[in-house]
Amino acid sequence: MARTDLSIELTGLALENPAILAAGVLGTTGSSLKRIADSGAGAVVTKSIGIEPKPGHPNPTMFKLGCGFLNAMGLPNPSYKEFRGELITAREGGVPVIASVFGAHPDEFSQIITGLDGADAYELNVSCPHASGYGAAVGTDPVLVTEITKAAKQAANAPVWVKLTPNVTDIVEIGEAAQKGGADAVVAINTVRGMAIDIHSGYPILGNRFGGLSGAAIHPVAVKCVYDLYQALDIPVIGVGGIANYQDVVEMMMAGACAVQIGSAVYDSINIFNEVTAGLARYLADNSMELDDIIGMAHRKVGR
Amino acid sequence: MKPRNAIITEVIHETPTITTLKMDLKLEALPGQFVMVWVRGLDEVPMALSHPDAITVQRVGEATNVLSGMQVGDSIGIRGPFGNGFELEGTRIMLIAGGVGGAPLLPLARLAYAKGLDMTTIVGARTGDELLFEQQFSQCGRVSVATDDGSKGYHGFVTELVNQFDLESFDQLYVCGPELMMKGVLDILQAQAIEARSQFSLHRYFKCGIGVCGACTIDPSGQRVCKDGPVFKGDMLIYSELGKYHRDATGKKIVQERFEDSL
Ligand SMILES: Cc1cc2nc3c(=O)[nH]c(=O)nc-3n(C[C@H](O)[C@H](O)[C@H](O)COP(=O)(O)OP(=O)(O)OC[C@H]3O[C@@H](n4cnc5c(N)ncnc54)[C@H](O)[C@@H]3O)c2cc1C
Ligand SMILES: Cc1cc2nc3c(=O)[nH]c(=O)nc-3n(C[C@H](O)[C@H](O)[C@H](O)COP(=O)(O)O)c2cc1C
Ligand code: FES
Repeated sequence: MARTDLSIELTGLALENPAILAAGVLGTTGSSLKRIADSGAGAVVTKSIGIEPKPGHPNPTMFKLGCGFLNAMGLPNPSYKEFRGELITAREGGVPVIASVFGAHPDEFSQIITGLDGADAYELNVSCPHASGYGAAVGTDPVLVTEITKAAKQAANAPVWVKLTPNVTDIVEIGEAAQKGGADAVVAINTVRGMAIDIHSGYPILGNRFGGLSGAAIHPVAVKCVYDLYQALDIPVIGVGGIANYQDVVEMMMAGACAVQIGSAVYDSINIFNEVTAGLARYLADNSMELDDIIGMAHRKVGR
Repeated sequence: MKPRNAIITEVIHETPTITTLKMDLKLEALPGQFVMVWVRGLDEVPMALSHPDAITVQRVGEATNVLSGMQVGDSIGIRGPFGNGFELEGTRIMLIAGGVGGAPLLPLARLAYAKGLDMTTIVGARTGDELLFEQQFSQCGRVSVATDDGSKGYHGFVTELVNQFDLESFDQLYVCGPELMMKGVLDILQAQAIEARSQFSLHRYFKCGIGVCGACTIDPSGQRVCKDGPVFKGDMLIYSELGKYHRDATGKKIVQERFEDSL
């Protein structure tokens, strides 16, 4: 039986399938990224890299809840200078490697991108609540998002994706700001702010006190964000949030995503990428459809 | 899972630097599995289960200092058990424990004893009063001791004592201790082409402890020490970073210190 073709072209990159490893998950080292490439991911995103080495927040930095996961890693990374070698190793995996970059202002983004030459694309993390300087404001201020995107586009000789936070009143406004700055795609969503408290002692559990919710709990939030962004933007939308099986992928694509990213679900299986792409291929074959048929389908059904 | 509340029911000072904390929680775990121990308001660190209801802590820094000073009635948070433990194979086995490395090996010794296996344990430490669980291991089989300063047993490194045994005669060897001790043992096994008959419990910097964040992965396989390990087969480790470098909390490579410094 001929395998359904899942290959896509995404902002000029050729992907064998649309299932991408999300930033910050198993992206610390080149060999870890390579391992995920070998387990069937269409592309991989590195952990977010900054200017200076950062140890991140004290533990606990992540734990599982009944409905998903809470994490506050605090952007641990060895600095872009130290990460260069990992990027080279990661590229041996044979799939596009997207370098996730975080900074406090446009110049920092430019400096890191220039210093991390050789990535197949750059993903701007303007969505983490822990960046120094502008802090949470980085990704919630549309003017800043446009400026950062512009600076990154100038520094990069590869496509630039902008990853958005759902912790805003209107994610579309931020998506439009990224598009205005010249973004090649937007990625939605990063984690949703959350917190857990230990009832035996009264202590907040995360070392940082609060953090970000991921996994199943945020999937409906992500679907809605992707749906709204697809409607408003002209650039591709990459959907992320709580994807754990091929059904979630299909749903996210029907909302308008042309590719998806998977993070927390590696907890269940490191082979998740092979599993969802096999399921997606079967689904398309069974329904005599191609990827293009399902992308944005929900919009067409209701006539926008 | 959120951390479970565990109340300390007994404190045993095993050596000047190593303390066992018994808890009011009994965990069903395989020998070699670990828990994440939350010292509230400070840090959360990985610890092997030395008994179904106990951890055994060596004082090395902030969190372990607080743990070492805990008293009956104090409490900690526990997540786990996590990871893959040791697997018993064969009938004649050797355990090699350096320093606090004896903690994950003690439940294995107890299980092997219950199954009637023929067991030799090598216990090593810097000095005689730092030997961990010598008596407990000797209740489960033969014990040989090595100390760096010669204050008890063989005068020298664990690896030198290991070399005095006919290793071929063991069906399986189980190792936990300082990184360069483990590397030394692996080299000996490799030289005799019996590395496939060994299991090592590794130590790397853990953040999530559940296989998601990627902090603990080892080169070049990308295996996660917290989820795919912490126990790995010797033949898996031969061309690995073991004994060469590890990563700190930032993910930066730290080249391994000299053997003497790591014990
Ligand atoms: C699977 C596993 C099982 C372990 N079992 C035991 C045990 O049974 N008994 C025991 O005494 N020790 C055990 N350790 C080591 C123990 O986790 C560290 O000694 C402890 O984390 C030190 O914390 P600290 O705050 O006192 O030290 P710090 O001052 O914070 O650091 C001192 C050193 O401890 C290590 N360390 C610190 N934080 C972590 C962390 N989150 N993850 C891993 N290493 C860390 C680092 O090597 C660091 O250089 C185990 C480690 C692992 C990975
Ligand atoms: C442990 C962990 C670390 C993360 N680190 C980053 C990061 O460094 N940069 C980033 O943009 N997003 C980071 N994220 C967010 C994920 O990339 C993703 O947007 C989010 O987890 C939702 O997807 P999921 O439900 O599939 O996990 C992290 C998520 C987790 C769980
Ligand atoms: S500590 Fe997070 S993957 Fe092992």
